[in-house]
Amino acid sequence: MIDVRNLTKNYGQLEVLKDITTTIHEGEKIAIIGPSGSGKSTFLRCLNCMEDPTGGSIIFNGVDISDFSVDINVHRRHMGMVFQQFNLFNNKTVLDNIMLAPITIAMQNLRKQQFKRFINKIRNLVAIEKRPLDEITTTPAQIRQAARENAMNLLKRIGLEDKATVYPSTLSGGQKQRIAIIRALAMNPKVMLFDEPTSSLDPEMVGEVLDLIKKLVEDGMTMVIVTHEMGFAREVATRVFFMDEGIILEDDTPERIFTSPQNPRTKNFLAKVL
Amino acid sequence: MGSFGNKVAKFWEMFYENGGYTKVLTGLQNTVIIAVVGLAIGIVIGTLIAIVEVVPKYKKLPKVLDSFCRFYVGLFRGTPVVVQLLVAYYVLLPLIGLNLPSLHVCVLVFGLNSGAYVSEIMRSGILSVDTGQMEAGRALGLSYRVTMMKIIIPQAVKNILPTMGNEFITLIKETSVVSFVGAADLYVAFNYIGTNSYEFMVPYLVMALIYIVLVVLIALMIKVMERRLRLSDRRT
Ligand SMILES: Nc1ncnc2c1ncn2[C@@H]1O[C@H](COP(=O)(O)OP(=O)(O)O)[C@@H](O)[C@H]1O
Ligand SMILES: [Mg+2]
Repeated sequence: MIDVRNLTKNYGQLEVLKDITTTIHEGEKIAIIGPSGSGKSTFLRCLNCMEDPTGGSIIFNGVDISDFSVDINVHRRHMGMVFQQFNLFNNKTVLDNIMLAPITIAMQNLRKQQFKRFINKIRNLVAIEKRPLDEITTTPAQIRQAARENAMNLLKRIGLEDKATVYPSTLSGGQKQRIAIIRALAMNPKVMLFDEPTSSLDPEMVGEVLDLIKKLVEDGMTMVIVTHEMGFAREVATRVFFMDEGIILEDDTPERIFTSPQNPRTKNFLAKVL
Repeated sequence: MGSFGNKVAKFWEMFYENGGYTKVLTGLQNTVIIAVVGLAIGIVIGTLIAIVEVVPKYKKLPKVLDSFCRFYVGLFRGTPVVVQLLVAYYVLLPLIGLNLPSLHVCVLVFGLNSGAYVSEIMRSGILSVDTGQMEAGRALGLSYRVTMMKIIIPQAVKNILPTMGNEFITLIKETSVVSFVGAADLYVAFNYIGTNSYEFMVPYLVMALIYIVLVVLIALMIKVMERRLRLSDRRT
């Protein structure tokens, strides 16, 4: 699903990612662990080109999305991303947070269709060979209605439907992060990228967020998750990357990484955190 | 005290019985028009400049745009607004052979002028919005432009509302120089009353009072708006 080929990333002189090549297959749940500053976030952010790779390429479903000539926005819609700091839109209610992207994008597509139809209509006035006009099947009202229903269903799923009209500033960290997750899900992504989703939560709220992520795991969502929750990584991951100094030092099943790590640096790291 | 009462009587005669108040009303209207429309123009120009300045380098906006904005801001912040008015009215317009009413020229110059100041306010407002907001929008597949318009700018505007209110107050006060190019503002009205009643003390006192009342009213309005915005944050 995602092919990472010879990925490098530099910030000025600093080499943060050093020639990473790996493949993330559909249905995999990949946990990325490793010491702070090892490049985990940078690697994750390269996957949807939030950071542009310095070298190499990211192939997502056969398209090289690191190529500047592709419309990255179109591909990012299929890759949900969840941040450590939640990043809910402060100026929007919970419901609007979830509906904004689906509505905006559906409206853009509708306008494109209407424009194409309009051009064809004009063209048909003068051209001898008439082009068929595409039927436009949706209306802005329908788009909004569908987005609202979908958003409310997602909110019900996490039991926060009563928060639909509040602003993010009134929510707890755990609630914010769960809403951030369903906001990403509202786009029907093919893969979810999590960057330490529980690291800025109070301990008593970690569980509710991890439970929601586990539900996605059960639904078969492909995901890449940077985490310090070793127990969680071991439980849900199908593959674990141990990253250190800009490379994936070890890439193995959670079983093997956590019980018999091959690399001394992995051993060292796990000894410290477990 | 008797002489002051006499002065007030003279003022009242000119102000009320001889119709001076119509001039005052016109002056007040012009002052408000110049400040309000000027600020509106300033906000549009200022926002555009601020956006040019905060758009990341890789977006490859033409370099001239950036240089032009910097030149523009430097020009309008580097010269007094009176000079800008005089140059616009007595130099530029005749040069291009355009004949505009002085009120229009004033609105334009104050708009261009406040654009330079608003751009700085707006820029700091945009930079004050957490970078995570832009990241979240982009990660959802929204374009830079859409995220800017729907997420960043609304939050920036909220952050800078108090500063923007100050800019409006500054504008109201600065309009008191528009008589240099023949626009009829409060100064012109009260000067007329003073000249015709041979008495300037009371007219200028009243003029000062009107400015103070205007400024206090605006400050109040901004307070109310701010409170409204903050409420919308906490609505449950
Ligand atoms: N925008 C940036 N500019 C410069 N250096 C950065 C930037 N982002 C990350 N780095 C550096 O890259 C290295 C890896 O960072 P990061 O990927 O965040 O590590 P991790 O998520 O594993 O803690 C760190 O040394 C960090 O200081
Ligand atoms: Mg990190």
